[in-house]
Amino acid sequence: MPNPNMIGGGRMTRGETSGDRRHFSDVKLNAPKLLSRLWRYMGKNRRLVILALVLSLSSSMLSLYGPKLSGQAINAIDLGAGKVDFDTVFRCAVLMTVFYLASAGLTYLLNVVMIRLSRTVSKQMRHDVFENLTALPVAFFDRFQTGDIISTITYDVDTVNQSLSSDLLQILQSTVTVVVSFVMMLTIAPRLVIIFVFTIPVTVLFTRWLAGLVRPLFRRRSAKLGELNGFVEEMLSGQKTVRAYGREKAVLEKFDEKNGAAVDAYTVAEAYGTITGPSVNFINNVSLSLVCVFGSVLFLQGKLLIGDLSSFVQYSRKFSGPINEVANILSELQSAFAAAERVFSLIDAKPEAKDALDAVELTQVRGDVELKHVDFSYDPGKPIIKDLSLHAQAGSLTAIVGPTGAGKTTIINLLMRFYDVDTPEDRGGVYVDGTDVRQLTRSSLRRAYTMVLQDTWLFHGTVYENIAYGKPGATMEDVVKAAKAAHIHSYISRLPQGYDTVLSDNGSSISKGQKQLLTIARAMLLDAHMLILDEATSNVDTRTEMRIQAAMRELMKGKTCFVIAHRLSTIQSADHILVLNGGQVVEQGTHESLMAEKGFYYRLYQSQFDSGQ
Amino acid sequence: MVQLERYLRPHWWYIFLTMAIKLLATGMELFIPDLMEVILDEKVPAGELSQIYLYGGLMLLCAAACLGGNILANRMSAVSSGRITRAIRHDLFWRLETLSARQMDRLTVPSAESRLTSDTYNINQLLARFQRIGVRAPILLVGGVIMTMRMDAPLALVLLSLLPIIAVVVYFVTKTSVPLYTRQQSVLDSVVRVVQENITGIRVIKALSKTEYEKERFHGVNEELAAVDQKAGIITAITNPTASLTLNLGLTLVVVVGAFRVNSGACLSGVVVAFLQYFTMILNAMLGITRIFVMWSKGEASAKRVAQVLAEPADLTALPPVEPEGTPAHIEFRDVCFSYTGVGENISHLSFRLERGQTLGILGPTGSGKSTILALLLRQYDPDSGEILIDGRDIRTIPYEKLREKFGVAFQNDFITEGTVAGNIRFFRDLPEEALTRAAEDAQAMEFIREKESGMDAEVMVRGNNLSGGQKQRLLIARALAGDPEILILDDASSALDYATDARLRRCLREHYQDTTTLLVAQRVSALRHADRILVLSDGVVIGSGRHEELMRSCQEYRLIAQTQMGEGKEGA
Repeated sequence: MPNPNMIGGGRMTRGETSGDRRHFSDVKLNAPKLLSRLWRYMGKNRRLVILALVLSLSSSMLSLYGPKLSGQAINAIDLGAGKVDFDTVFRCAVLMTVFYLASAGLTYLLNVVMIRLSRTVSKQMRHDVFENLTALPVAFFDRFQTGDIISTITYDVDTVNQSLSSDLLQILQSTVTVVVSFVMMLTIAPRLVIIFVFTIPVTVLFTRWLAGLVRPLFRRRSAKLGELNGFVEEMLSGQKTVRAYGREKAVLEKFDEKNGAAVDAYTVAEAYGTITGPSVNFINNVSLSLVCVFGSVLFLQGKLLIGDLSSFVQYSRKFSGPINEVANILSELQSAFAAAERVFSLIDAKPEAKDALDAVELTQVRGDVELKHVDFSYDPGKPIIKDLSLHAQAGSLTAIVGPTGAGKTTIINLLMRFYDVDTPEDRGGVYVDGTDVRQLTRSSLRRAYTMVLQDTWLFHGTVYENIAYGKPGATMEDVVKAAKAAHIHSYISRLPQGYDTVLSDNGSSISKGQKQLLTIARAMLLDAHMLILDEATSNVDTRTEMRIQAAMRELMKGKTCFVIAHRLSTIQSADHILVLNGGQVVEQGTHESLMAEKGFYYRLYQSQFDSGQ
Repeated sequence: MVQLERYLRPHWWYIFLTMAIKLLATGMELFIPDLMEVILDEKVPAGELSQIYLYGGLMLLCAAACLGGNILANRMSAVSSGRITRAIRHDLFWRLETLSARQMDRLTVPSAESRLTSDTYNINQLLARFQRIGVRAPILLVGGVIMTMRMDAPLALVLLSLLPIIAVVVYFVTKTSVPLYTRQQSVLDSVVRVVQENITGIRVIKALSKTEYEKERFHGVNEELAAVDQKAGIITAITNPTASLTLNLGLTLVVVVGAFRVNSGACLSGVVVAFLQYFTMILNAMLGITRIFVMWSKGEASAKRVAQVLAEPADLTALPPVEPEGTPAHIEFRDVCFSYTGVGENISHLSFRLERGQTLGILGPTGSGKSTILALLLRQYDPDSGEILIDGRDIRTIPYEKLREKFGVAFQNDFITEGTVAGNIRFFRDLPEEALTRAAEDAQAMEFIREKESGMDAEVMVRGNNLSGGQKQRLLIARALAGDPEILILDDASSALDYATDARLRRCLREHYQDTTTLLVAQRVSALRHADRILVLSDGVVIGSGRHEELMRSCQEYRLIAQTQMGEGKEGA
């Protein structure tokens, strides 16, 4: 197999590597563990690996055969002018042609196998990362920049993949060559091998030392690139705001800082990483010189034959090639290791606690929801919800009101089980139809709710796809009906491609109110027994809001509803109003009873007509 | 790469030097076997021990020079490729930042992101690798060819005649693979997009139990990425075996032709033997060159994507200034029409004047064009017809920086950065602490900031996820106020605030920002009733304009809205 690394003194490292700043998980991996995990990915494609090995061995063997043929041909030519043995020459030429064709074919096949193998492995890695991403608790994404995560799933995986595809195979091949050459040299002149007994440990020690030095550099390099990516992702998402403030230059300065840090980390890692090649090459050259000089001395002393000396030198040259190779690859592997650390740390990030083993599917939902003595905190020691109890009967409407930051959205998080309550199971918790939600599978629990949040979310897809998102197989008719009910149909029909217009979350030609209406249309297609509306219409104007009231009532009919709204007018008809302040229920009751109490709710209610006079 | 040549230009000398050092080091390395041959072939038979030591010493010297030269050259290549990458990224980020809203919508953020990181990275790799392996292979090739030419020209020509075949193969493979790599990068955009959407939409996805669906979606793009990647790999992998096959067949031909020439006495058999030696060198050099081309394909695809963004024409450039006439209003819209898509009109024949310090309220149903008016004033878009003037000057004639300095804005789509509370209010500006505190006070944000342990330095998580909707809005308003803007724009910026807070906020705005001209979009009549002028919009058309009292009399739509909001209030009270 042609050796791509014969050219150029220093082989370079590709890819970037792992993050120190904030690891995605605490799991620490040492080199053997990393290797064994990487091997596991290869092992899943055992057939390809074996095929690759067979192919590379056969092509290595063929490469020994080629020179032999040309040697024979030359012997036939060597007979001199007029005496050339043309029969042998032609026979050899034909054989050479066949052989080279076969060799090229094998090489190509081997390349294809290796490409398939590495792409399969990297696909699997991306798959595993994504799989875990979807299982992570929502809180995870509050801590890490999206761009940083993206950097891992793209570049880090790619770095690992590139190393795997070429390096591991080469290490195998090179090891074979090294061993064979070493044995051959032993048989020729055991004494000279002493020099290699010196060079090999030096090479090994040096490579190890350098690897230890370089690995943190590669880690830094990956981390800095991840940070840069995180910054870029964040700032480009907020590009309009940055522009509105005319802060492009200041943001650019900040970018330059991050960019500089990423480039510096790259340069340093690269500069040190590329020392290995020339250094090991140097060690080899030194030992070659030593072999040559001392071999000559031995010859002059009559202790070695000239033929042996020359073949020894030949072997030692052959020997140094693969050693060089292995050393280079080892240094390259540092970059792959550092990247793999990051990939694995994301794969190992702790997912939402698994559903309890005996968790049951929530079926035949009636919609009776009860909270008993619920305690909850995001950060231990900073309670957000304290001893909250509440019972929402099936089909009832519960409104949650209170000043901003009172913990309203937290209750939604608990209902949907984005977080688990801190209350021990024997004391209380959240119950649906009398079952503790911790005993239910998350997916069946969440399916039982329809949720419309104030933070709308659209994905890059057509209007139709966005509305039908929660209900696969919804017909265009269903979608149009929902859009009409949500009073967004006329806007959609004015779009250039109507329902086939592609939207994106960042798209500028759609207002937040319109996004909310689209989200409501999405919810209208769902058929769950419980409904959560968290400021669902906060950016919709009051007239439109009124127009969609009928549809909203239809949506809410027969469902257990939880509504958060600032416009208290929208919740007057609630069966139960929960007034929160500072994580505690300060009052609860119906609108009438609360108004009569003339307490917190009363003041909150009155203030909306105060209109700032 | 050609389009990015100007980034290489300042570094040509440095790169040249790097390659010269590399060349020198390579020369030294090639010299070592020669020295060894001298020892084995001449000095040993002659038994000159001191000469053997001398030549051995020379070998060590060459090895040391080779070591130093390679390390230095490698380091230099990392430095220059790093610098070039940094410069490209710098310009690219600047260009992305300054793209108009329309251009950015077309490009999409995920694609911008991957161009800025993945593509520049590919370019970086190409630059660095080229410097490291780009010297040796061509030199060895040329050297090998010259040596064979000198030995036996006809035989060398046999070998040379085959080189065009390799050139043709390389040409076609490169031609096919560049578009494939371009596609690969664009599939990568989709991968980035799916991951990004899954992170930002995680709550909705989990709530709708769409996790399996999203996995499928990711599986789709992941498969596609692997498929394109594989296809590109399989095609570029053709080059290497083809090149070695061609050369090897050439060698076979050389052997046959050589046999005839030796037989006819035209050359000696030793020449053919030597030919074989040099042949290995030529072959390795050729394989090295094909590798460079493979790298080049990938780098070229990325370079094109980067250059494409850099070449985006400047949108919304400033026109030559025109002196204002008469006594200008602070802000004036003159018969402005605008459409986002070119289909229908989002703003139709809009005209209004606003004096300094006045407040304009804008009211209307969702999608009636309220935010669009603000976008036009901010010059995120240029109107299709009509003009927008500030102090009598068409905003298209005001230099961009000058124009942006005037505004403080809080949009509906909250953009909160990871960092601190203070950092979010400051927002990359050079503002004194007092301004931040004052703005936070006025925006009613201080009450929740004080509750935090570290106050203004309290941590803000990614996308402000540790803040409630109302807290985020107050932070955004504080940001808008902190710069003491000439023009304040609040686009439904207090919708998540409870009434009491909202009322206090409005009082502060009235009392402390009297010289600030304010444009206010709101759903609540109560938020607008003190405005000096209120525009009532419907489908981009002004259907009512005036003060609250006037509109209550003259505009039915306005009266209806007001009655719905106030009326229900009375009923409750």
